[in-house]
Amino acid sequence: MKNIRIIPTLHIKGSNVVKPVHTEALRVVGHPKELALRYYREGADELIYLDIVASLYQRNFDFELLKSVSEEIFIPITVGGGIRSLSDIKNALRVGADKVAINTYAVHHPEFLKAAAEEFGSQCIVLYIEAKEKGDGRWEVYTDGGRESTGVDAVEWAKRTIDLGVGEILLTSIDRDGTRKGYDLELTSAIASTSPIPVIAHGGAGNAAHLEEIIKKGKADAVGVSSIFHYAETDIGAVKKNLSGREINVRANYSN
Amino acid sequence: MKSIVIIDYGVGNLQSLRKAFAHFGVEAVVSEDAKEIEVADAVVLPGVGSFEAGMRGLRLRGLVETVQKRAKENQPMLGICLGAQLLLSKGYEFGEHDGLNIIPGEVVRFDEREMKEKIPQVGWNRVYPSGDVSWKGSILESNGPKSVMYFTHSYIFAPKQKEHMFGVTVYGGKEFCSVIRKGNIYGCQFHPEKSGEAGLRLIRNFISLASAPRA
Repeated sequence: MKNIRIIPTLHIKGSNVVKPVHTEALRVVGHPKELALRYYREGADELIYLDIVASLYQRNFDFELLKSVSEEIFIPITVGGGIRSLSDIKNALRVGADKVAINTYAVHHPEFLKAAAEEFGSQCIVLYIEAKEKGDGRWEVYTDGGRESTGVDAVEWAKRTIDLGVGEILLTSIDRDGTRKGYDLELTSAIASTSPIPVIAHGGAGNAAHLEEIIKKGKADAVGVSSIFHYAETDIGAVKKNLSGREINVRANYSN
Repeated sequence: MKSIVIIDYGVGNLQSLRKAFAHFGVEAVVSEDAKEIEVADAVVLPGVGSFEAGMRGLRLRGLVETVQKRAKENQPMLGICLGAQLLLSKGYEFGEHDGLNIIPGEVVRFDEREMKEKIPQVGWNRVYPSGDVSWKGSILESNGPKSVMYFTHSYIFAPKQKEHMFGVTVYGGKEFCSVIRKGNIYGCQFHPEKSGEAGLRLIRNFISLASAPRA
């Protein structure tokens, strides 16, 4: 079995990392550069870096901040928030991003995903879904930082964008985000078990058992984690060790 | 100080590479200028993007022959991901396209029917020496069993000649060629600049190769 990726997620607001609950920003938890470096040294497999207000206020992405954050980080960084043109993607790659996560603009302009995949390769284009449960095994896509409903069905949307050329899906459950009650198993499984491309489950991780469940039953290819690392309740090495004991393959950290 | 040029052909994660060299005190120059590329001690052909976009980028800047000439002279070169794929003769991403033809072979898609894992491969995987080749004295030296690297790709090298296969990786139960080599020309399917300490060791070795005296 392949190595499951453990991916700390940084939600950026202004120049701070914040921790959203149900995608609403609540608390400042630290400085992006310090947290990124800590996670890199602890053995993070990648980082996700989301500017949570860039999309909402049509603000431009802070490329300088990303450049300073990525300076001493030698693992992949996926960047999202307000990406709405090919030149945004080019600029993000030039300051240290390896992939871009696109939600709002893609929902309004699905063909943009195709153009982006053709220019930068599918491996560079991550579909970012923020979904809310609607009952009866259905989830609706939300945009603009989880504020705007779209009427779009999350499972259908995922299928459609795979045909447009996205290479990966970052799947956040708005209902679980920040709750530490565990990932949304049904949502993740509905998309990951049929998706031919990797799915990163995100939103709700509270302990290693939650990770085990979403990997084994939810078929997640990677897991996004924020609260339990931000508040230093555990570190990445400990989580990986725990998962190894549950017969899940993870990359050992050789840097120490 | 030896000069290392990162070739800027319009697609690529140039910042991550630049900073990997800077980590070892080497200020790599990012350039699309043929003259600068010609005189460098070593060049890196980076890569994020599709095969066609990559070749188009090189062609538009008049760099195809510049890169081929360096290769003919066995000047140190490191192709990464797409940049490595371009070293081969042909690619099949979004149609059939000619590559740089520095190493004979093709770039083909993972065979979905035979795979037990998802495509693209995204994540960390181990690189082994191909067959009985030795990594001693190469840019992969000192990595040995610790060579777990970061991959993100749907296409793989299919070099024509076994002698150009330098490293292999197993994904979805199938072995594929993940490093190609011809003299001082190397191509890695993974991203050393994104592979933590193991990747940095490779970068450090490449800097040594650039600094080694040559005939």
